[in-house]
Amino acid sequence: MNEPLASRPGSYPARAAPPYGQGSSANLADILERVLDKGIVIAGDIQINLLDIELLTIKLRLIVASVDKAKEMGIDWWEHDPSLSSRARDDRSLTEENRHLRAEIDALREREALPDHEHERSDEDEEAEAEAEAEAETEADEPRGSRRRGRARDE
Amino acid sequence: MNDVVTYVYAVARSTDQLEELITALNGVADAPVRLLPGSHDDTLVLVASHVPAPDFQEDALKQRLEDLDWLEAVARAHHAVIEAVATHTTVLPLRLATVYLDDTRARDVLDGGQAVFADRLARLAEHVEWGVKIYVEPSAAPAAAEPRRGADLSPGRAYLRNRRQQQSVRDSVYQAAQQAADVVEGVGHRHAVDRARHRVQQGVLADTAGENVVNDAYLVPLAQCEEFRAGVEQAADGLQGVRIEVTGPWAPYSFAMPPAETDDASPGPRP
Repeated sequence: MNEPLASRPGSYPARAAPPYGQGSSANLADILERVLDKGIVIAGDIQINLLDIELLTIKLRLIVASVDKAKEMGIDWWEHDPSLSSRARDDRSLTEENRHLRAEIDALREREALPDHEHERSDEDEEAEAEAEAEAETEADEPRGSRRRGRARDE
Repeated sequence: MNDVVTYVYAVARSTDQLEELITALNGVADAPVRLLPGSHDDTLVLVASHVPAPDFQEDALKQRLEDLDWLEAVARAHHAVIEAVATHTTVLPLRLATVYLDDTRARDVLDGGQAVFADRLARLAEHVEWGVKIYVEPSAAPAAAEPRRGADLSPGRAYLRNRRQQQSVRDSVYQAAQQAADVVEGVGHRHAVDRARHRVQQGVLADTAGENVVNDAYLVPLAQCEEFRAGVEQAADGLQGVRIEVTGPWAPYSFAMPPAETDDASPGPRP
């Protein structure tokens, strides 16, 4: 897989890869995530606590959640609020949103005599977003809804 | 010797060229960069600088790290030294602000970790790191059919329909991003030897269009770089609302310390 490119192991022949292209123009976020979060950790005499580094990166808001975590939570997690840092907050904000929407729908329903089934469906939609444990209820004519439940089950 | 401390950037395999390169290089705090060989063995060297002690004492450091301008200057200087060294030899980047009271203390660490460092450097030789970020831009996706807001829809229905349509555009963009991620993963299997996942970039410093959903680094043999890069760059072809950004080549920051070797690689005790 790897043919010898240089007689001196460890050197970077110029033709095989462009010269290090990041230089001074490299994105600060890219640099910080490497120099703070990666790189070999050896105890120095003057230590920066790793926890401090972690807090620092959080403060810089480079970082909120890992990709894996986001995947576990399903794609919905990404779209509601990118600044969320925990599941709990996500649930709270959704609950809040649900309450607003229900109130809004009730108001509309009174004014416009919205048919009952429309109300129920929207209600259910919102609950599926909020409650990961929501069990699948068949509703074959609503592909988006069933996909969402599929994700919810994965959680 | 109390007014300066020893800042270490990296462990590197020693070469003649390295010595030459280093003499022209300034690092953190604009301090000249020096090579510190081990006590018994000079195949590996520490790349280091003397930096002003007051700035790098524990308390000062903690405070200064909160200062984004200072942090940026130090991070860029640290990175520039590692990059320069990486053009000449295999380098094992150390975490930012690894500081010792003096050269002797730093040498002790090199001596103590010699075998581990040599092993890791051997594995990283002839490899570079590429960063791959995938972004979604829902606004760039083709809009679904115009919502019918005709007189036949009550405000409540129009609202719900509209909301559903927005949702479905977003869903399809995230699915496209997942497809692109799968393609990138496949390219990685063919051309890379290792992958590290970074957390997705958000917030003030991630100041680019779209939402970052994948932020990975791949360790790629030099001979495979072109294929890797080309494959990754094509991964979003034909996918609306998905953008792929490739950065690199980087020194192998993300692969300097495999999780399994964490303990071995830290000769000093950690709390």
